[in-house]
Amino acid sequence: MSMLSVEHLNVWFGKGHNRVDAVTDASFDVAPGESFGLVGESGSGKSTILRAITGLVPTWSGRITVDGQDVAKKRHRSFYKTVQMVFQDPYASLHPRHSVDAVLGETLHLHGFRDIDARVVRLLDDVGLGQKFRFRFPHQLSGGQRQRVAIARALAAEPRILLLDEPTSALDVSVQAEILNLLTDLRAEHGLTYVMVSHDLAVVGHVCARLAVMKDSRIVEIMDVDSLRAKRANHPYSQELLRNSVGA
Amino acid sequence: MTLLDVENLWVQFPTRQGVFDAVRGVSFTLGKERLGIVGESGSGKSMTGRAILRLIRPPGIVRADRIALEGVDLLGMTEKEMRAVRGQRISMVMQDPKFSLNPVMTIGDQLIEAYRLANKSDRKGAKQAALDALASVSIRDGERVMRAYPHEMSGGMGQRIMIAMMLIPGPQILIADEPTSALDVSVQRQVLAIMDDLVTSRGMGLIFISHDLNLVADFCDRVLIMYAGRVVEVCRADRLHEATHPYTRGLLNSLPRLDEPRERLSVLKRDPAWSEAPGVSGRI
Repeated sequence: MSMLSVEHLNVWFGKGHNRVDAVTDASFDVAPGESFGLVGESGSGKSTILRAITGLVPTWSGRITVDGQDVAKKRHRSFYKTVQMVFQDPYASLHPRHSVDAVLGETLHLHGFRDIDARVVRLLDDVGLGQKFRFRFPHQLSGGQRQRVAIARALAAEPRILLLDEPTSALDVSVQAEILNLLTDLRAEHGLTYVMVSHDLAVVGHVCARLAVMKDSRIVEIMDVDSLRAKRANHPYSQELLRNSVGA
Repeated sequence: MTLLDVENLWVQFPTRQGVFDAVRGVSFTLGKERLGIVGESGSGKSMTGRAILRLIRPPGIVRADRIALEGVDLLGMTEKEMRAVRGQRISMVMQDPKFSLNPVMTIGDQLIEAYRLANKSDRKGAKQAALDALASVSIRDGERVMRAYPHEMSGGMGQRIMIAMMLIPGPQILIADEPTSALDVSVQRQVLAIMDDLVTSRGMGLIFISHDLNLVADFCDRVLIMYAGRVVEVCRADRLHEATHPYTRGLLNSLPRLDEPRERLSVLKRDPAWSEAPGVSGRI
């Protein structure tokens, strides 16, 4: 029984002559508690898959099931209780004039929680920020702290699946290590399922147990992390990607 | 042979809370080599590159005992003399080609303009030179690229065009500030190979500013590691992985590695003593 399953997913933008196929015939399964990576170059469609799953792109066909339930074109409120997303740029994904308290409070309110005050405190503790950050604004936070707030916001709904779109690529390596450790801890504590997009094979290798390599809108290969570490790729493109990754 | 000699460089910004020191007493020399400057955001690495070209705008202050280009002090030059240095003798490639190219001029016009500023030449000669410059960065269909606008180019193409444009006047020094950070890994390799080839064949000095330790270890000859505005360690690039300073070690250890899987990554513990300790000189 898979937590998230994507079958023959196609995503396109534009119509007629201007139609661009961003994702072509992508299929993969993610088991509960597993973390799955999507790697590839920019424009290969890896982020688009995440956006299609969350409903940020209306033009898709195929089948997406979350916890056995078919996902309809119009997402039900309960969908967002199960699936949440963390974006790449923590500078762009927080409202500049909302305090951390307002960001988390509003999210909790929208998800229908009552004990908002206690939950804000718990969320901040969960992501290692603590109380003193509660009434700060985004410009008073560092990049790593902002990404922690973005993760706290995603956790507010108590989701079971987190979609992570390059969660550390805008951060310094030392901060990246902190965020990756946080993600590891949160997955263990809350039994979360991750789908992570990254261009950094070492990051995906650290977080994920299996990964799909994408090229020109298609998934060319799905491999496990042991093959990645041993550099055993079957498709010529994945072999090239492995060779090109410095220090990997 | 020393191309550039920087001694005790300071960059300061007056703020309401007092003077902020972005660069604090950096010293290094650059010969015909590839010198890497690595550090995290805010370590002062980009400010160092900009200060050499005197590109820090007021109220920012640049002070140094010496910034000498082949024995001539840059700090004593007038703004007019400085303009003859910028681009002509020291060139700079920035991170993102989208912001460095003029969006409303064709690439051909921009290359021709760059060439004609440096050389007395008619348009026809300049056009040929521009085509040659594009060929030198492995752009084969130069004619088509010349007619295109920057938004029609991919990131890798844009960065190659930038490198071509910067190399047209034949500078002695190229300062590359995160030239490949916005590019995909495969394109990154190509751009680096092209840059490496041009720099070595022309006997130029290269200052390569990057946050990527592995890239610098692979690509440069010598590395300065910067922390809080100071150079904390200088080492040979191929020995970067044997670096001894706790900050450098911390950075190296915080990287996830495919060959050494770990449950948790080690987190850098910052020691206030690092920023207090006197800087290391990168002069030879």
